[in-house]
Amino acid sequence: MQDHGDACRLTGLGRTYGRGASAHHALGGIDLAIRANEFFTLLGPSGCGKTTLLRLIAGFDQPTVGEIAIFGRNVAGMPPEDRPVNTVFQHYALFPHLTVAENVGFALRMLGRPRTEIAATVARMVELVGLEGMEKRRPDQLSGGQKQRVALARALAPGPKILLLDEPLSALDAKLRQRMRSELKALQRETGITFVFVTHDQDEALAMSDRIAVMQGGKVQQLGRPEEIYEAPANRFVADFIGGANLIPARMGPEGAVAEGLGTIPATGTGGAEVTLAIRPERLAILPAGGHQPGDLGPLTVAERIYMGNELSFRLEGAAVPLHVTLPRGGLRGALDFAPGDRVALRPEAGAIRLLAS
Amino acid sequence: MKLHRLLLAPSLGTILIFMALPIALTTLYSVLTPAQHGGVIWQPSGEAYVRLMFERDIFDDTLSFNADYLQILGRSALQAGFATILCLLIGLPTAWFIATRPPAQKSLWLMLVTVPYWVNLLVRTIALLLMLRDEGPINGALQSMGLTDGPLPLAYNNFAIGLGLVSSFLPFMILPLYAAIERFDFSLLEAAYDLHASRWQAVWSVILPILRPGLIAGGLLVFIPGIGSYLAPDILGGGKTLMLGNLIGMQFQGSRNWPFGAALSTVLMSVTLIALILVARRAAREAA
Ligand SMILES: Nc1ncnc2c1ncn2[C@@H]1O[C@H](COP(=O)(O)OP(=O)(O)OP(=O)(O)O)[C@@H](O)[C@H]1O
Ligand SMILES: [Mg+2]
Repeated sequence: MQDHGDACRLTGLGRTYGRGASAHHALGGIDLAIRANEFFTLLGPSGCGKTTLLRLIAGFDQPTVGEIAIFGRNVAGMPPEDRPVNTVFQHYALFPHLTVAENVGFALRMLGRPRTEIAATVARMVELVGLEGMEKRRPDQLSGGQKQRVALARALAPGPKILLLDEPLSALDAKLRQRMRSELKALQRETGITFVFVTHDQDEALAMSDRIAVMQGGKVQQLGRPEEIYEAPANRFVADFIGGANLIPARMGPEGAVAEGLGTIPATGTGGAEVTLAIRPERLAILPAGGHQPGDLGPLTVAERIYMGNELSFRLEGAAVPLHVTLPRGGLRGALDFAPGDRVALRPEAGAIRLLAS
Repeated sequence: MKLHRLLLAPSLGTILIFMALPIALTTLYSVLTPAQHGGVIWQPSGEAYVRLMFERDIFDDTLSFNADYLQILGRSALQAGFATILCLLIGLPTAWFIATRPPAQKSLWLMLVTVPYWVNLLVRTIALLLMLRDEGPINGALQSMGLTDGPLPLAYNNFAIGLGLVSSFLPFMILPLYAAIERFDFSLLEAAYDLHASRWQAVWSVILPILRPGLIAGGLLVFIPGIGSYLAPDILGGGKTLMLGNLIGMQFQGSRNWPFGAALSTVLMSVTLIALILVARRAAREAA
């Protein structure tokens, strides 16, 4: 059973709240192997069970079924204080009666380390997160970003093998969040600690992770590298949740999938089967309806033009569902513009259309 | 004058008439001369304060040190201190239990804590005495079970007084502690465990420091009325060991030395006030 490649292995993990008729399956059938030194992200909408899963790994809660092994060791019944795991809490949970330095040194004090070692580690951690000069402050004298850094330094100080981060950036403003993303990623690379990072923000997940587990309804919907998740979504949920793909109902015909108002898209499959076509809004070119080439989709009508600064987006009507197309501004593609009422056609990039079982 | 200031008038008036004036009057009486059959003669005198620590010889007027009254003060403080600690040991788990119940249950438990207050304190104290008496149900049960040969001396001693103090003032400990625990952020406890704290370490390093304002408030609310309490020593102590409250009471009844009683009250009040100021200062310094 010894397997040092995996920092954390979850087998058949489930957590059910309540029992009988009111039972709620917050997590079910989770099988995951989180590798050592990996930046691993749990991504999913609110209520999908991300926090529940972190709490099971940290030891605050016990699974209803299944097993958790940390570096090959089954941790069933092991209390949180004995696990080589530390947590950055969603709302930081800094000790309000302690200073920044005392917060950061808390774990080492609990472990009974010598004073000089504690002081040295605290100084190193405070420097690592860039809080020099604030050691004497209390949490209520810090900004949100500073609190977040203290929480990070506090969790890193005892030298965990796995760091659990529960939406650590969600309370920060957009700019700071952007910067903390890069800093966190750099920190993970430098320390080599396995990060298990929870977020409901797909950009954050794509930008930072080595691998992502997309969760929904207490289950893992897809596991893979950011590119795999984005380019090859396994199902409707993943395609929709990540990057908001156009999901078009179609039916398999002799020459491919036939979609109402769009034409036939070359594909193979059982004739008559209901399928879903997934197309990313930015992988479609938009052109005037006149010069229709084979392979183009449409014609469709522009229903809305949405200007968003760095990109321009159109809502098109004429298919079974409204379609969205996004053009980056600038460059050649940006030269094209349309107004509501214009007739247009769509030209998908090669390999842009994915066929999902309905 | 704005209308909202008028809203304050009743409470300010009440404080003035029923608190500030009586305190001022007590302090004033303490520096007057006692009249023969109670009351005071309007003639300034420091005699009452001298009496706190010295005894005046009847024949040659020389002063000799007398620690009797200081002892009574010390004994009362000790008794109240023990009661406070006992209330804390009982009150903290109780308050914790109530604060961690589901919201619907909390108000029921809180109401149960205040149930004893539906009965008059005097009646409650006498009922406690009946329980503790040699012929009372506790001693009766112990003897009939053959656990003791004769009655245990439960009543008319310091043990009984302490029990009386605890039973009268326990809710004053529970309620502020409950309020503090109610506000306690339980994710801090998880953070402590996550950061390798054992249960005891979490209690010492996180729970108690954060609950400290509640602990101090509860402690003061038990200690202050405890040190001057009158009924418990009088009834449960059988008047055998003199406590500060009874000593003061005696001055206004049998002994009829009003200025001395007023001086004792003033000293008690000052000691309490100084303690309060020290506590408040320390709290302010730590908040800074
Ligand atoms: N103590 C509990 N008792 C009952 N149900 C619970 C409990 N804790 C969580 N749940 C339920 O379990 C599900 C998963 O909750 P969880 O907190 O893991 O979600 P999450 O993915 O972290 O969401 P968010 O992004 O909003 O933090 C939710 O439907 C929630 O209502
Ligand atoms: Mg959560």
